[in-house]
Amino acid sequence: MSTDEEIRRGQEERLAAAWATPKGWRYWSAVNNSEVGLWYTIVAFVFFLFAGVLALMMRAQLAVPDNDLLSADLYNQVFTLHGSVMMFLFGVPIFEAFSILIMPQMLAARDLPFPRLSAYGFWSFLIGGTFVCGSIFFGAAPKGGWFMYPPLTTEYQDDIGVDVWLLGLSFIELASIAAAVELIVGILKCRPPGMRINMMPLYAWYILVVAAMILFAFPPLIAGDLLFEMERAFDWPFFDVERGGDPLLWQHLFWIFGHPEVYIIFLPAIALVATMVPTFARRPLVGYSWIVLAAVGTGFISFGLWVHHMYTTGLPAISLGFFSGASVAVAIPTGVQIFCFIATVLVGRAVASVPMLFVSGALAVFVMGGLTGVMVALAPFDFQVHDSYFIVAHLHYVLVGGVVLPVLGGIHYFFPFVASKKLSDSLGRVSFWLVFAGFNLAFFPMHISGLRGMPRRVFTYPEGYGWDVLNLLSSIGALILAAGFLVFLVDIVKTVAFGSISERNPWQAGTMEWLPTIPNPAWGVRTVPLVESRYPLWDQKDIVATYDRGGFFLPDAEEGKRETLVTGTIDAEPLQCLRVPGPTWLTHVAAAGTGGVFIFSTFHWWWMAIASGLVGLGFVLAWLWTGTATIPEKPEKDVGLGVTLPLYASGPKSVGWWAMFITMLGDMAAFSGLVFGYYFFWTIHENFPPEGTVGPGWRWPVLALALLLAAWALTLAARILNGRGHRTGFFVALPLAMALAVAGALALAAGPWFTGLDPTVNSYAATVWVLVVWTNFHLAAGLLMQGYCIARAAVGKLTPTYDIDIHNVALYWHFAAVTAVVTVATIAGFPLVD
Amino acid sequence: MEDRADIFGRRTPRRLRADLGSLFLIAAAPTIWAAHFLLCYVTAAIWCARIAGRDGSLDGARLLVAAYTAAALAGIAVIARSGWRRHTYGGQATVPHARATAEDRYRFLGFATLLLATLSFVATLLVAMPALFVETCR
Repeated sequence: MSTDEEIRRGQEERLAAAWATPKGWRYWSAVNNSEVGLWYTIVAFVFFLFAGVLALMMRAQLAVPDNDLLSADLYNQVFTLHGSVMMFLFGVPIFEAFSILIMPQMLAARDLPFPRLSAYGFWSFLIGGTFVCGSIFFGAAPKGGWFMYPPLTTEYQDDIGVDVWLLGLSFIELASIAAAVELIVGILKCRPPGMRINMMPLYAWYILVVAAMILFAFPPLIAGDLLFEMERAFDWPFFDVERGGDPLLWQHLFWIFGHPEVYIIFLPAIALVATMVPTFARRPLVGYSWIVLAAVGTGFISFGLWVHHMYTTGLPAISLGFFSGASVAVAIPTGVQIFCFIATVLVGRAVASVPMLFVSGALAVFVMGGLTGVMVALAPFDFQVHDSYFIVAHLHYVLVGGVVLPVLGGIHYFFPFVASKKLSDSLGRVSFWLVFAGFNLAFFPMHISGLRGMPRRVFTYPEGYGWDVLNLLSSIGALILAAGFLVFLVDIVKTVAFGSISERNPWQAGTMEWLPTIPNPAWGVRTVPLVESRYPLWDQKDIVATYDRGGFFLPDAEEGKRETLVTGTIDAEPLQCLRVPGPTWLTHVAAAGTGGVFIFSTFHWWWMAIASGLVGLGFVLAWLWTGTATIPEKPEKDVGLGVTLPLYASGPKSVGWWAMFITMLGDMAAFSGLVFGYYFFWTIHENFPPEGTVGPGWRWPVLALALLLAAWALTLAARILNGRGHRTGFFVALPLAMALAVAGALALAAGPWFTGLDPTVNSYAATVWVLVVWTNFHLAAGLLMQGYCIARAAVGKLTPTYDIDIHNVALYWHFAAVTAVVTVATIAGFPLVD
Repeated sequence: MEDRADIFGRRTPRRLRADLGSLFLIAAAPTIWAAHFLLCYVTAAIWCARIAGRDGSLDGARLLVAAYTAAALAGIAVIARSGWRRHTYGGQATVPHARATAEDRYRFLGFATLLLATLSFVATLLVAMPALFVETCR
């Protein structure tokens, strides 16, 4: 055996040991993207099938007029859960799951930068999703429709279902945001050397845009959920008209989330199309920059569409006009990408395949849904079809064409990557045609039943309205569609059980997820390649051979640690060798503890909720303490090809700093939702604050602000002092900052408290209190972080050189200070100027 | 800062040095679109709810919308010009800007900026158009 081969074998043994997947029952403690991504995908797909069964129950009930298969109450639960599960437990999670699974290999990274965060997100998703879905087996499922409009859900539904929806789904939204942070940092900081931003796979561009959208779309809904739950649990009247609230505030907050949500689930599916089309056209995608335009443009414009769900709420015509204009504008970027796909197929040498069959079907169905979308974007047309089956038809054409069919195509395409085996071509074609034909038979007639006046969400209808035959056709179509899925499942089971191992790069694709061998060892990538093309497997001649002999970066794991590269955001120059943590059970308990807060609160078991929250918090702290900002045994190491990189980086150079920054942007979006509530009430009321209200005055809030800004400045000072080696200064400044923060939080609450503002009396008092509570909650978190830094410094885990923790905490405090300034300016300043 | 060789041993001219600003530039025009959109919406909402009343005239608000639109379009045009300059850097405006060089990365970000500015320009006009036709708060 030659020396070269010995070296190579030694490297592979060390890599395999460092990245080994745990065996036996410990398998479930894995945090690596290949395991967590796979579980995530499977669970999201199981929820999809569950919601599909609910849909079949609805179609069975509606097959004939005056049917009594399902009671009205059960039907309400079924349609609410169908919509909510499809949107929150399938639409968003499936893309995050898929991306966690394939993104690292697409970027030739060994893992995403925060594997334990992915694991925490997955276990949270599993717990929350099971809780929400399980409620229907106890007759306790939500039944207010997937958008939960008050006053239906505040005054007429006092059972637990609404709380299950609000709290269960809020918990899952947190998991979604965690995954979004992970994906953004992964795409910006973990690309292979050479992959400048103009070389990124289009899939990564789309996911970057979508993750950013999640960051700004989900938080307003979380803010809305908070207001809603405060009203239901503590009688704070945000949506109660009698006491100055307004149900329209919920509609605004819901749809500021709800419309971008449609694009949040559509763009990743189109990203799959943009990944598959070049492979089967055997050429680079036409119009790379145009696709970037489409992704970024849609990302922005989709936030200007929310009122088109509220055309019939009586807003002034001019407001409807603005939203109608934006709704037409969004068709431009959406259309551009479809033309790019068509052009690529036309100029390439298209190869027929099952994934391409699904892609073609997807484009046909989606274009149809897009066209009815432009119709309903026009307010006068929408007045006619609002809340009718026409809308049901439109949204299913968009979502099935824009999400379900591309995902099915994507599963066919990536099956060899995940399971090392190829799905059957013949069964794939059978399942496609059943799904495609069944879908059109089920949903096309709904356009007509809608135009004939059939309202959505009715559990039955009398015969003779001209709806009977159309509904029967829809139900037959739904059965055929289900048969298509059955064939698809049979294919999966058959392939996993009896299929043979696929050859390497079975589709002859050009992107890097197909570089590894099949099956791929647990290390993910053998060595991190140097990238010089958008399609390296097509253009870089020796890449496979060099990869196989470990000829690029990080071919070894000399210290037995899990390592991947961190590179520059724009030009992907190597910056750091990042060590990522391995298997753990801490994330499971942390997820269960957090889940307990939401689940126990549903039943108003407050002490249990608090206890559960403390357990969750304790385990999060243990996870941070043992697994993050670890001081390496040496400052830097040789990563191959003559490059030496540091093993530790803090401040804007560290991935943790980026994660904190991005998370806090999302936090600011939620806070904006609450502040929006205050100014929304101001615009709709003659007097806001109401006549005779004194609180909270300006003295206490201004005092609070002064104390809090001092706390912020001292936190910043502590960071700078630590960096300069003034340990004593650090140990004086940070405890002082904590004391000032406590005093500031108390002063902030003192304003409304001493002026006797009662949050249950009117919407003004409730809004002031919710801003104070929100700010103080952030101060409490800030205090905990300051204490954490003091403890880390005391035991030598935070030093002048190794100072990630205090950098991230100071960054957090910048945002906490902004929160305090805006809160005080709103509750104390605005009544003075108004 | 002196020129520094990149990972392929090529030197990057100072002007092309990577900075986050060039990434944020592609989002500048859509951000102007968003600001214009929000201003139009908030102005009309406050005008109709607190100033003119539900049956009142929109005239003042329409003038404001016109002013916002003129300012937004001018801002977007400036960004488009900057995008065009970057796109044609070195006299080579040849898409797809797919080479692994700092020059092509610079040109690509310029082209993406230009495309997004064009979209934002059209979208701003589409959003402003209702103010041409709607005369009252009804």
